Amino acid sequence: MKESVILEVKDLYVNFRGESVLSNISFSLKKGYALAIVGPNGAGKSTLFRALLGLVPYRGTISWEKGVKIGYVPQKLAVERDLPLSVHEFLGFRGRDPEIAEAFNAVGIHDDSLRDRQLGALSGGELQRVLVAFAIMGNPDVLLFDEPVAGIDLGGEETIYNLLLRLHKEKGLTIVLISHDLDVVYRYADEVLCLNKKLVCFGRPEEALTSESLKKLYGDSALFHHTHKQI
Amino acid sequence: MIFPFLDTTMLLGITTSVFVGVAAGYLGSFMVLRRMALVGDALSHVALPGIALALLFNVNPFLGAFFFLFIAVVAIWAIEEKTNLPTEALVGVFFTFSLAIGVLLTPEPELLEALFGDVSDVAFFDALLAVVFSLLILSTAFWLKKDLLISTISRDLAESAKVKVKRSNLLFLLLVALVVALGVKVVGTLLMGALVILPAVAARNMALRFRGFSLLSAAFGALSAVLGGGIAAVYNLPPGPIIVLVAAAFFFVSLAFRRA
Repeated sequence: MKESVILEVKDLYVNFRGESVLSNISFSLKKGYALAIVGPNGAGKSTLFRALLGLVPYRGTISWEKGVKIGYVPQKLAVERDLPLSVHEFLGFRGRDPEIAEAFNAVGIHDDSLRDRQLGALSGGELQRVLVAFAIMGNPDVLLFDEPVAGIDLGGEETIYNLLLRLHKEKGLTIVLISHDLDVVYRYADEVLCLNKKLVCFGRPEEALTSESLKKLYGDSALFHHTHKQI
Repeated sequence: MIFPFLDTTMLLGITTSVFVGVAAGYLGSFMVLRRMALVGDALSHVALPGIALALLFNVNPFLGAFFFLFIAVVAIWAIEEKTNLPTEALVGVFFTFSLAIGVLLTPEPELLEALFGDVSDVAFFDALLAVVFSLLILSTAFWLKKDLLISTISRDLAESAKVKVKRSNLLFLLLVALVVALGVKVVGTLLMGALVILPAVAARNMALRFRGFSLLSAAFGALSAVLGGGIAAVYNLPPGPIIVLVAAAFFFVSLAFRRA
């Protein structure tokens, strides 16, 4: 079976105010794969995301498969706690009640009273789920997920990663996520892209994440965190 | 009867202030959420040179005010998109500058009216303008509601959801310019900012959802205009400041209803 390529990035360069943020990035992603982007702070992970979404100017080519729909899940929103906007109103921008109910179901929100809560008053975990619901209501083929924080109050049920994995499997979604947790990368990603302004490594996690590439990525000091994961 | 001297002029004045009050209140609800509370205030001062020039050349002051506001708004929008400076800072640049020029240019007898408005003498044509443009503001803002709110929450999220953020920002600023130009007749340039902001901040204290918030804000805008205009007429006071005082009263009352 030939797997089609959903994203092809070639010779990507991004500069901010004359300073190079990303240079010479090339990789491609197959449809239905889960790709994790890892790298230290300031490595340009979010910039790469924003370039993929077409939100920052860049040189080089980013070509998505024709007609592809991208859903984006930001890490958090800058909303005040008392913002007068309910979850129902927010998701109502994306679709009607049956679609909201379907999305709630898909992201594992079973408490209907959440609909009437204010967006700003949600807990981190609830907000993240609502944002995933918002993204999948656009019927995306790809989900871009900015640094989901694992383990925040999801009521001991499903972690946000299990949710992603489930969506990935059930809906055949291609997933691109930023993560700083290598453990997550090993468990959930088909491929990993290590980034530190340049492409440091790319490939299957067990092959790409060598001690050498990790050293290049984080320096010597960070290695000990994940030595137990080295094979 | 609330208005003992209800005649055609009064009726035109009331109609004008109600429509402008509703439009200002509704638009104000978006402005408060977008942290543009002071933008309306500052922009209203930009109207003054326009009014002055219109008076000098005998053109309708509304048109003069809107012309200047239009230029200022487009300039602010363009600089904002280019530099990412916050709207408030940019508006601040245009604001004192315009006020100074406006005060110099405005003929003395008209200055007071330009600064504080006078809804007790509204011509039929001005009332018609107010009604038509208020309806235009309301319908456009309602149509832009989704785009404006998503981009208020997160610009990246909005753009990823195919919202034309630049376009909706420009249209929104133009609506603000329009409502400020209309408000010049009702409460004047100095106080128009208050008519945009006070109803919205009062409503925000009381509402949990955007629907309730924006409707309440529009209602406060209308009520401030009618009650303020009525009180001013009864006690023979200038309507502009009284309207703003009533709007401020709504705000203070709303504090008692504020949800924790």
